[in-house]
Amino acid sequence: MIEPDVCDLPGIVERWGKDPANMVQILRDVQESCGTIPSDTLDQLARLLGVPRVRIEATASFYHFFHAESHGAYEILFSDNIIDHMAGKEALKAYLCERLWLEPRKLSEDGLVYVDDTADIGLADQAPSMLVNGHAVPSLDQTRLDLVAELIRAKKPLADWPPMLFEIPDNIRLAGPLTGDPFAPGAALQATLARGSDATLAELDAANLRGRGGAGFKTATKWASCRKAEGEAHYVVCNADEGEPGTFKDRVLLNSHADLVFEGMTVCARVIGAKQGLIYLRGEYKNLLEKLQSVLARRREKGLLGNSILGEAGVDFDIEIHLGAGAYICGEESALIESLEGKPGKPRNRPPFPDRCGYRNQPTVVNNVETFACAARIAERGGAAFAALGTPQSTGSKLISVSGDCERPGIYEVPFGVTVQQILIDCGAEDAHAVQVSGPSGTCISYREFDRRIAFEDLPTAGAFMVFSRERDMFEVARNFTHFFAHESCGFCTPCRVGTSLLRNTMDKLAAGKGSAYDMNEMKNIMHILRGMAHCGLGHTAANPVVQTMEKFPDAYERRLKKLDFEPAFDLDGALQTARLITGRDDEWAHLAND
Amino acid sequence: MTEQPITIEPKKLRVATCSLAGCFGCHMSLLDIDEKLFDLLKVVEFDRSPITDIKHCGPCDIGIVEGGVCNAENVHVLKEFRKNCKVLVAMGACAITGGVPALRNNVDLWDCYQEVYHYGIGLENGQIPNDPELPLPFDRVHPINEVVRIDYFLPGCPPSADAIWKFLTDLAAGREPKLDYDMVHYD
Repeated sequence: MIEPDVCDLPGIVERWGKDPANMVQILRDVQESCGTIPSDTLDQLARLLGVPRVRIEATASFYHFFHAESHGAYEILFSDNIIDHMAGKEALKAYLCERLWLEPRKLSEDGLVYVDDTADIGLADQAPSMLVNGHAVPSLDQTRLDLVAELIRAKKPLADWPPMLFEIPDNIRLAGPLTGDPFAPGAALQATLARGSDATLAELDAANLRGRGGAGFKTATKWASCRKAEGEAHYVVCNADEGEPGTFKDRVLLNSHADLVFEGMTVCARVIGAKQGLIYLRGEYKNLLEKLQSVLARRREKGLLGNSILGEAGVDFDIEIHLGAGAYICGEESALIESLEGKPGKPRNRPPFPDRCGYRNQPTVVNNVETFACAARIAERGGAAFAALGTPQSTGSKLISVSGDCERPGIYEVPFGVTVQQILIDCGAEDAHAVQVSGPSGTCISYREFDRRIAFEDLPTAGAFMVFSRERDMFEVARNFTHFFAHESCGFCTPCRVGTSLLRNTMDKLAAGKGSAYDMNEMKNIMHILRGMAHCGLGHTAANPVVQTMEKFPDAYERRLKKLDFEPAFDLDGALQTARLITGRDDEWAHLAND
Repeated sequence: MTEQPITIEPKKLRVATCSLAGCFGCHMSLLDIDEKLFDLLKVVEFDRSPITDIKHCGPCDIGIVEGGVCNAENVHVLKEFRKNCKVLVAMGACAITGGVPALRNNVDLWDCYQEVYHYGIGLENGQIPNDPELPLPFDRVHPINEVVRIDYFLPGCPPSADAIWKFLTDLAAGREPKLDYDMVHYD
């Protein structure tokens, strides 16, 4: 039994309105107050919520940040993106483990601390980084880890740790209309109310704003279609589950320009007729939560949220923040909605798209953080002003998250249509050899293609821009990404669940120097299966890093091939060792030649 | 005397089959093609196979392997097949994925031995055998494509007699084997 004073289950359930749709939030709170989600808690929750235990267990076992076994008083998760590796993450992790006398993925003997890896935590400009009990600590080096080790050994509560450990600068290197210009909260809303919903939609259409999450769907079309759709209620959902490795622009927008984002959501609510909005904030950005809550509170005080917004009767809207729990797939809009409804984040069948059947099966607009910020600017300044920047099919500016081998990593707000070369010059990466645009699921481009442009017409991007110099091994980059996808596949469809694991295993085989041309062909076959058969975008793009690096940097692969024809997947003789020890045999038949 | 037309008997395809870590269910399914076996025997002849009891295979056109790889002997057999067969086929779920025998992959090998030779019901003074004649098990069961290159995969648990018939006749006729959806659809 959980002691009531340790974990107030009824209180938590009450706080979330006894609504099973808030399961992820409830489990987050349980995890936070108990440190784990023990098995008997699930029974109690099932009773309190009146749902079957398996439904709770399905959710509890799906998310990376939930666990049934104790991870001690301090859970440390190192960000595991290739950028962190390049910044020395493995050595630093080993260093911290040594200082604390423990092994990764194993609770320390005294039950105090646990160290493991987690997918990119949105701090690639300040790599390597880690989460301590969910709070991000950037720019790790030995000195900072020495301090962390001391604090842990002194059993200091996290609240008493020096705040400088958790300081995260925005690193805006190049500002633009979103990040540079001042914004008076309420300006966009006032313009919207004065102009009316139809005219606002027309401005959005004239601006030709396209979704900033990467897919580039036209925002005005989405809003108009949702507005038209019939339902008991309409919802506005902001996708702040910025999980694509190497992307951190939403972190910066929410940290310093939250008003712009909330205002964009409110404008949307006005246009589609929604009363409730939700922000799905990735669990890794927990440190932003308090700040965002205070911005929301301030907006309510100013009459920019709540009932009768700006004194206009009938204009009611409020925003609630939901936290994720470590699942990249929840960045996919239908998986995100599933997660908002308290279920495992598995993508739905589409169509119907959320604009007709979204949150609680009602018409819902799901847009990226940056899209809402753009929408606020358009409402404030008009569509023509917005469209003045960029290219015909890609209007406005784009926030690029630059990381990796460059002198000035950070946020660059550039007009669409800018060349890769230009960004490389701006960030001080003259000796760049390759750039991964839009993260692992995006495009890997080599130095021969640096004249390509960031735009939906050429290189669409959600914002990630990882730079690799000549010394970097592009095979290792791709291998890191295969591990990422294998870990983040939701497991719903077989092509993706099995395909991503096979890709990872084959890349590991090549890394061990045991590759053959057969393996290269197999990986291409797996790519075709993933592209054609996977249920959602994660599977469709999971083989991209391998296929693209294979094509653009063939040397990185060829020097790892042992044979042209075939090479077994495992060490034949080594796999007999256990049985040799058990039986005590060492005869001729107890060995196999590894030829 | 009228001259007899010279008929050249087409050369029969030589086929070898074996069962590694499997249950012989795929071979039973092969026999399930019933009277068509006679048609089959017009175009193929069997080399090493449980059907012929030939112990080692010579040069063959097609090798068909049932079952996964669970011990050192399996590897020797598999390599013999790969060396001698122009086309090597993985038949059935166990050969393709490891299948039911691979369920032991979640059990420690030492625990397996203990259970079988020390704690099994009715055992007294059980000892773990160390005779070189006994195939030495791997710590895990593997699909056969992790040990040798495989040319074709014939799915099913077991593949139906019709699927096996279609697959073999396609190969014998020199066509790329192709199974229709209803032949690989099981529910």
